[in-house]
Amino acid sequence: MAKLHFTANIQRHVECPSADVRGDDVRAVLEHFFENNPLARSYILDDQASVRKHITIFVDGQAIRDRLRLSDRVTSTSTIYVFQALSGG
Amino acid sequence: MSDRLLVSTRKGLFHVVRRSGAWSIDHVDFLGDNVTLALSDHRSGKLYAALDHGHFGVKVHRSGDGGWEEVGKPTYPQKPEGDEDKDPWGREVKWDAHRIWSLQAGGADEPGVLWCGTLPGGLFRSNDHGATWEMARSLWDDPLRRKWSGGGADWPGIHSIIVDPRNSKRVWIAVSTGGVWLTEDGGATWKIIGQGMRADYFPPELTHDPISQDVHCLVQCRNAPSRMWVQHHNGIFISDDEAQTFREIRDVGVSTFGFAVVVHPDDPDTAWFVPEIKDEKRIPNAGRLIVTRTRDGGKTFEELTKGLPQQHAYDIVYRHALALDRKGERLAMGSTTGGLWVSEDQGDSWSMISHTLPPVYAVTFG
Repeated sequence: MAKLHFTANIQRHVECPSADVRGDDVRAVLEHFFENNPLARSYILDDQASVRKHITIFVDGQAIRDRLRLSDRVTSTSTIYVFQALSGG
Repeated sequence: MSDRLLVSTRKGLFHVVRRSGAWSIDHVDFLGDNVTLALSDHRSGKLYAALDHGHFGVKVHRSGDGGWEEVGKPTYPQKPEGDEDKDPWGREVKWDAHRIWSLQAGGADEPGVLWCGTLPGGLFRSNDHGATWEMARSLWDDPLRRKWSGGGADWPGIHSIIVDPRNSKRVWIAVSTGGVWLTEDGGATWKIIGQGMRADYFPPELTHDPISQDVHCLVQCRNAPSRMWVQHHNGIFISDDEAQTFREIRDVGVSTFGFAVVVHPDDPDTAWFVPEIKDEKRIPNAGRLIVTRTRDGGKTFEELTKGLPQQHAYDIVYRHALALDRKGERLAMGSTTGGLWVSEDQGDSWSMISHTLPPVYAVTFG
């Protein structure tokens, strides 16, 4: 399973502990995570289920390219980081 | 009269209370967070706060016995594939709650009902004290909604929501920029109203079109509900037929530009405004912070200055940052430069509570 980590800044709003999560792409990984943490969804995704404007997601050191559909591939050995982007100030 | 103020600021929700005749800051909730609006629901005693976490989006919190808890967020529906929803300037309108711009309790006969207006123009209703929200879809899907445009913000938004005190199914909203709308069936259907206002920022053929109107704030006299007042981008307008038609109030003196208006709950002819230099500068005239008051339905206005800064004041008072208590005696006002004042004599004199707060977005009596 992929290892999923979240920015420390989100923790004071909604607890998002690191987790081992299954899924073949970023969408699937996040959806599995949200199953046990539904409050976190709106902190990461906008109303159209795309990545929020000022959130960035890295998979194995690469920023994801498909912020709309989150189709970037994930493997069972992937490490995923969800950060707040510097663009948001 | 209320002895509590809720002051929504860029860096927290300040609770200001009156003890032994003096007002002071009691405590701060959400310190460091952007609180854009608060609602004190007199029916339930619950408080609601709208937060904008920037990176993490807008949220709603509700106070309960155990303190604050996050409740449901107004969420836009999935945008249909291929729908090119563009504003009048050709920009794609994102179906996403960009800002919570109005929170209003429903009628006394519908205790769990709340209304929420947002940017880019979605109106939401909750039937369960904010736990869940449903978009007023008929309003969002009305073809005229796509003629709404941004005013001070990039996107259009609903900033004023008025529930008819005689019939909770009748609700008025006002849009910047998109005029005044009315439902008479609890939000199932909507129609645009509001003839008589003037929009000088549009070409002549659109100047008097109700959809063109940049209403900054719409208020209703609670015990004379036919009377409504509008602070508009182009001036002050008054209605005696529940916002069906308006007439313009001129000769106000210092300025007719501003954002906020409040009306006395019993006397429809008494209303307060905070004038600014229009609209390219948006600062008080000559560096003097002034509240204007009419007691005769707009025939004459008094300039109220006692206790307000009269030199080098650059305070802007946003549309939700001028408040009147439910008895119509006490006023409170907060500014973009962190000033907070209270009046206990209908504006004749003001006491400064602080001039070092974060930028104030909204003030309401609790």
